[in-house]
Amino acid sequence: MSQYSTTYVPKSSFGKWFESRLPIASLVHSSFIAFPVPRNLTYFWTFGAILVFMLVAQIVTGVFLAMYYTPNAALAFQSVEHIMRDVNYGWLIRYLHANGASMFFVAVYIHIFRNFYYGSYKAPREVLYILGVIIFILMMATAFMGYVLPWGQMSFWGATVITNLFSALPVVGETIVSFLWGGYSVGNPTLNRFFSLHYLLPFMIFGVVILHVWALHVPGQNNPTGIPIKSGKDAVPFTPYATIKDIFAVVVFMIFFAYWVFYIPNYLGHADNYIPANPAVTPAHIVPEWYFLPFYAILRAIPDKLGGVIAMFSAILVWFLMPWLDTSKVRSTAYRPLYKQFFWVFVAVCILLGWLGAKPAEGWYVIVSQIATAYYFIHFLVILPVLGFVERPLPLPNSILESVMGVQKGGAGMPAGANAEPQSKG
Amino acid sequence: MAETTTHVAEPTRRDFLFIATGAAAAVGGATLVWPFIQSLAPDAATVAAGAPVEVDLSPIAAGQIVKVFWRGKLIFVRNRTPEEIKAAEDVNLASLRDPQPDSARVKPDHAQWLVVYGNCTHLGCVPLGNQGEYNGWFCPCHGSVFDTSGRVRGGPAPINLPIPPYAFVSDTKIIIGQEEATA
Amino acid sequence: MMKRTLLIAAALLGLSAPAYAAGETPVPPQLSWSFQGPFGTFDRAQLQRGFKVYREVCASCHGLSYVAFRNLSQPGGPEFSEAQVRALAAEYQIQDGPNEAGDMFERPGRPADRFPSPFPNENAAAAANGGKAPPDLSLMPKARTYERGFPWFITDVFRQYSENGADYLVALLNGYTEPPAGFQVPEGGHYNAYFPGHIIAMPKPVSDGQVEYPKDANGQPQAPETVDQYARDLTAFLMWTAEPHLEARKRLGFQVMLFLIVLSVLLYFTKKKIWARVGGEVEGHATPPMTHNP
Repeated sequence: MSQYSTTYVPKSSFGKWFESRLPIASLVHSSFIAFPVPRNLTYFWTFGAILVFMLVAQIVTGVFLAMYYTPNAALAFQSVEHIMRDVNYGWLIRYLHANGASMFFVAVYIHIFRNFYYGSYKAPREVLYILGVIIFILMMATAFMGYVLPWGQMSFWGATVITNLFSALPVVGETIVSFLWGGYSVGNPTLNRFFSLHYLLPFMIFGVVILHVWALHVPGQNNPTGIPIKSGKDAVPFTPYATIKDIFAVVVFMIFFAYWVFYIPNYLGHADNYIPANPAVTPAHIVPEWYFLPFYAILRAIPDKLGGVIAMFSAILVWFLMPWLDTSKVRSTAYRPLYKQFFWVFVAVCILLGWLGAKPAEGWYVIVSQIATAYYFIHFLVILPVLGFVERPLPLPNSILESVMGVQKGGAGMPAGANAEPQSKG
Repeated sequence: MAETTTHVAEPTRRDFLFIATGAAAAVGGATLVWPFIQSLAPDAATVAAGAPVEVDLSPIAAGQIVKVFWRGKLIFVRNRTPEEIKAAEDVNLASLRDPQPDSARVKPDHAQWLVVYGNCTHLGCVPLGNQGEYNGWFCPCHGSVFDTSGRVRGGPAPINLPIPPYAFVSDTKIIIGQEEATA
Repeated sequence: MMKRTLLIAAALLGLSAPAYAAGETPVPPQLSWSFQGPFGTFDRAQLQRGFKVYREVCASCHGLSYVAFRNLSQPGGPEFSEAQVRALAAEYQIQDGPNEAGDMFERPGRPADRFPSPFPNENAAAAANGGKAPPDLSLMPKARTYERGFPWFITDVFRQYSENGADYLVALLNGYTEPPAGFQVPEGGHYNAYFPGHIIAMPKPVSDGQVEYPKDANGQPQAPETVDQYARDLTAFLMWTAEPHLEARKRLGFQVMLFLIVLSVLLYFTKKKIWARVGGEVEGHATPPMTHNP
């Protein structure tokens, strides 16, 4: 397969001239063309590309919406209706953006749980993983502030409830909350600053995504076996193999996305948000967007205000420690028979928490929430560290190729020499 | 020459597949841009709000210019004095940059009333009324001069102040935005 | 019938667990709507009847403030003619101004105007209606819903069920029944079987025969002049006011889906061809032997 060269050589004289001044072409070449990709990646590895697509889609639709939207408490709701009714294709752009947020979270949760299952957070990918958690936190902040902008009932009361979380902090809590609000309650200053930050944060996400991709290209991608690329035959060049697979996956994801946008565009929203914000009436029950529900359930499981807030934030912050909490040397859950069972229990608990987050905080829902919350933390703080010591993993294959093709049946892969972990072009 | 045989390679199925996929993706990408570009056009409310507006002429004194808006655009309605009308009519058309007789810029039997868009045809500033060499308009931005018929007489403006569509509903009332007096 | 039984069973099992009034609120029946499903469109005649109901029954208290007269003639709606819309708009007095003297004045409506609200502001609306302002109706079917519960909220995705607000509104308008024995209806309240908590400020708004429908060729009304039919027609009209581009959305959606499916099939085979160069695609990992290393 000599048609793939692993180093970029500019052909034209302009190319050489430019390359010696700004080597961006060779950076792109080494990162997205010649970059060795494990040949056994499944479709779970296409969600990175899907997430990049969603981020760009959200930024583009968002920039257009910002042209027609008015961030003023008296006009915001009306301006959203103006977009829905009068702006040409405004309904399409808004439904793309609103459902796009949910699609973004669908993709990110699959991406995160793929990472949990295949141990992608473990050495040498800790920094890559931590950057990912930072992106997730920024996404949550962006999504929350975006949901406030239509200034419907759920926007207003969601903003009130979530900003009030900070009032749980002793001594400084009330001051922080009044600084978040820019007043004595959620009002026009709050809406204005949320709009400003909602516009800013996606570009910060974009910046961290660049670091995330950079950090990916240093150790290279993990794969379903969890063992590193050992020879050129374990890998294929990123382009065209991973590229075409990613494009295919993005288009299939677009079908899923389009289904919501065109057929059930309001399913993932709340009816209450089509009622203009009214500070005098709270909706019958306040439910956050679905992607916040597990964390919301953890918040409500603790009967103490400060305790609930701490538990909720800890539920995400504990992710930062995962590379060190997991003591197993084996990455892929495929070779960890015990952990595999605990993994699926953990998935079930997260889904259960999500369901509980949508239920009223009363009766046995609270008790189940408390049990599920306890298990959530036990998973990270007890099961992950202990399992690494007590579990006997299954034998690992000698190479990716051996695992997927059997030793005798070799296939064409990367050109000789493009072996092992790729080099950083830093 | 004898070498008329050309070796056109038979398109293989793979080539066809790649071309079809690439073409479909290109068409899809181009179509995706369409609604976003369309959204930039004037929206339905703006288009509807561009309905014709009526202007009552009776309070406008001779020599006075009033400013009205139609579709957000400034329009001058000028009640011209007999001297101003005469000055506008007595111009040698050959000397004009954008030759147009005064009679073509007013409605028949209503030479008293001049209705023109109120933005200079140079770069859109608002010219000052009853000023300049011809006592028509003078644009303070770049020095364009217009006469009492709104025709350009000096400065950088390339053409005369355009006439919006309008019609007389009665002798003292015009409707701006349509050419027939049905309202 | 089967669905009904299942719903009741689910309610008994507490699966649908409505947040309101301890499960006493019945589940609104699911109706058949012309605008449901992937190819749904509005029934023009129904929207025109629904508009008549709005004008003659609701408009005295409820606004329709996001809707402009011109919308009534746009494609995908009731599609009145432009002349009809001009005449209709002129029947309304719209406040405009200030004029040269600085005064507000009233003039006949134009197609570009929005429906004027029946009250000058929310406080006036509340004061005239026993303390509770009648809500604007422009977005009603999207602003109301009822608790779906597990597993219906999952099946709804596949059924594309998004008429829950419409079903609720029809149930509500049909829900003015006698309160059960011993149920205390407070002063100024009215009993409604489907309203959460059962006490609604709005009195029964319409009775059979109150609105005259257009006659067909035989001199019979186009549709039954009953409360149930009024409720359905009005709700269909309000669904259009809430989602005026529904038809365009579903039409475009079908085209987009078709295109994306074709593109994804093409991409799938392109991907296969490309991967054939390296001996085909292999994914994942071999099933590891279920024995441990010694």
